[in-house]
Amino acid sequence: MTDRTNSTHPDALRRRLLQAGAGAAALGALPAGVPAAMAQAPFDWKRFKGEKIEVFLVKSPRGDLLTKYHKEFEDLTGITVGSEMVPEQQQRQKAVIEFNSGNPSFDVIALSYHVQKRQFAKNNWMSDLRPFLNDKSMTTPDLDFADFAKGGLFYAVETDGRVMSLPLNLDPWVVYWNKELFAAKNLAFPKTFAEMVDSAAKLNDPSKGVSGFVARGLKNANVPVWSSFLLGYGGSFIDANGKLLTDTPEAIEAGRMYQTLLAKSGPQGVAGFNWNESQSLFVQGKAAMWLDGIGFAQPLEDPAKSRIVGKVGYGVMPAGPKAQVSALFADGEGISAQSKKKGPAWFYLQWASNKANQTRMLQAAAGAPVRNSAYAAAQQSSDFKAPKEWVECMLKSASIAQPGLPVIAPVTEFRDVFGVALTNMINGADPAAELKKATAEFQPVLDKSEKA
Amino acid sequence: MATLSASPAPAEPGVPAAGFFRRRRRALRLMTIPALAIVAAVIVFPWLFTVYMSAFDWRIGSVAHFVGLANYVSLASNQRFLEAIGHTFYFTALAVVVPLLLGTAAALVFHREFKGRGVLRAIFTMPMMATPVAVALVWTMMFHPQQGVLNYLLTSVGLPPSLWVYSPTFVIPSLVMVEVWHWTPLVMLIVLGGLASLPTEPYESARLDGATEWQLFRHITFPLVLPFLLVAAVIRTIDAVKAFDTIYVISQGGPGTASETINLYLYLQAFAFYNIGNASAVVVVFFVIILALALLLLYVRQRAKWSA
Repeated sequence: MTDRTNSTHPDALRRRLLQAGAGAAALGALPAGVPAAMAQAPFDWKRFKGEKIEVFLVKSPRGDLLTKYHKEFEDLTGITVGSEMVPEQQQRQKAVIEFNSGNPSFDVIALSYHVQKRQFAKNNWMSDLRPFLNDKSMTTPDLDFADFAKGGLFYAVETDGRVMSLPLNLDPWVVYWNKELFAAKNLAFPKTFAEMVDSAAKLNDPSKGVSGFVARGLKNANVPVWSSFLLGYGGSFIDANGKLLTDTPEAIEAGRMYQTLLAKSGPQGVAGFNWNESQSLFVQGKAAMWLDGIGFAQPLEDPAKSRIVGKVGYGVMPAGPKAQVSALFADGEGISAQSKKKGPAWFYLQWASNKANQTRMLQAAAGAPVRNSAYAAAQQSSDFKAPKEWVECMLKSASIAQPGLPVIAPVTEFRDVFGVALTNMINGADPAAELKKATAEFQPVLDKSEKA
Repeated sequence: MATLSASPAPAEPGVPAAGFFRRRRRALRLMTIPALAIVAAVIVFPWLFTVYMSAFDWRIGSVAHFVGLANYVSLASNQRFLEAIGHTFYFTALAVVVPLLLGTAAALVFHREFKGRGVLRAIFTMPMMATPVAVALVWTMMFHPQQGVLNYLLTSVGLPPSLWVYSPTFVIPSLVMVEVWHWTPLVMLIVLGGLASLPTEPYESARLDGATEWQLFRHITFPLVLPFLLVAAVIRTIDAVKAFDTIYVISQGGPGTASETINLYLYLQAFAFYNIGNASAVVVVFFVIILALALLLLYVRQRAKWSA
């Protein structure tokens, strides 16, 4: 329930898994790009030949990519895959309705951890994967948890040790910066929050239409921007007793920083900006820094969309007074607790998260894989376009990442209530008063959700 | 049925007429049952179920608790919901009145004979045919404070740029602008239909008596097209009250909650927070508001008929 940091937990998990022999075989030497497990004689991929499973994915470049290669899975295992892909918002609604019906139409489901993890876990909608992980005949040695980024494992594992899904994609928040604008003012990329605020003010030049800083101001979408600051101030969302920590001095300081950066160094109208408005400003060379998820390298480096190709710096989130943290979001896949095809579904999960698919994800710029080995593998490929600096930024950010939102069931309502408070701050409201009000408003909702 | 019994077919010899019609009426009554069943299943039952659900505190995934009228009581003191009602009225008033005025003016222009009228009229009606979400996406780009074409146009004629939907003050008028652009042609078509059906004699005699153009409009055209205007007003009001797609795509009810109408609030409660009990209460309150509005419009329409 509490919003723990991920410093120890996944390690403990990994140790357990290693002890269990699940992730013991290191396959680092195998050439990436080939499903490594195919070469493993002892593991029988054909065990569930002739079965059929249903997978329920989110319409996204990652969903498209997996769907594109389903044939490979079918050839490998002899299992037929029926798949459905639905846009994110609708997928979340449909999942809730289907699980509530008690008889969901799918065996495998993709989930966004920051929205669905607690909801799914609280309602026991997912299967615990530990029995499979502990069974050598069911788990390919290719499933090497040592290769998985800690942040991703943190999301996949419950506090009581249950493994409810396999992570696939990470989305740590980073600072994109315009090197040309920084050079014009003789500034270096900020190392601390104080430098960040200071640089933003210096770079802000309304007469030229240049903003020192841009990020989401639109309610709901804007909460991760504030939590990026909150984590650096050493703050957290909720304590061990389920009490909100969102009106603590750290939270208020983070609110002030949000207000200063967006209202003083941000563009006009930023209160209504989502990532797309921020991106369009940044690619025009009209913003010096942009804080958002890591997945935007492709449009920034595309000459058809961007005026700043080759001038983009990929910066790790600067250090706050207490910590240097990158707010993390992630998604993965799990198996419905109601599924009657858990074995074949588990095979699908292993295939979806294998090194080949993870490398493909990176090569297609469809996301940031959770497997560390995918980065080295992708860079060897000649058609890999992402800048080296982006890869370095990704790896460093993933290593200092913490969840960017509290792991609670009513997370959408949390984002809404605190999102309104943040938007009000941009329009001049007092951060302390707004956060106090939002905390008072949300605490009963949280209490009720945990009691229910 | 009334027509049937009013003009009975000649009775055949040997068949008692009254029994035949009684049997027939029974058969006809039976035939209405499927329709009644469908209405009950798709309208009456969901409606009663919504009222029933509104008495529960229920989030999808948790156990429902009976709370009586508690959802309504909390709505009555919920500032955000009350503001949403205010936003809905503000948006509806503007999104009905402005298209009515502009649509009537456009209809009067297009009612006259002039060269290229057909082509221009066709062009004028084009916005109506566009998909609302596509329209909203295009307008979102146009509203962008730094890169939108609207601010480019303003600054190129020396006016200061506006924040449009990015400002809590201007967001609702800006959203209304989209509605006006989209739906004025509909009002124009309705009024144009009305104008085409007007008799020419009253105009001829009024002109002979020396009436001015304004007097012709005020005393002949306006009273005669009023029933059509009211039809347009009813359609526009229904559309404006239920407006969702445009607002959701362009502002998502923001900045903050500055353009959150009842529909947006309802959507959040039901489909983002899964707070079904509360959402049901919102639906019931919304239904009462719509009912009151519909009765008001019907009353105005009847009055217009009486005074005509």
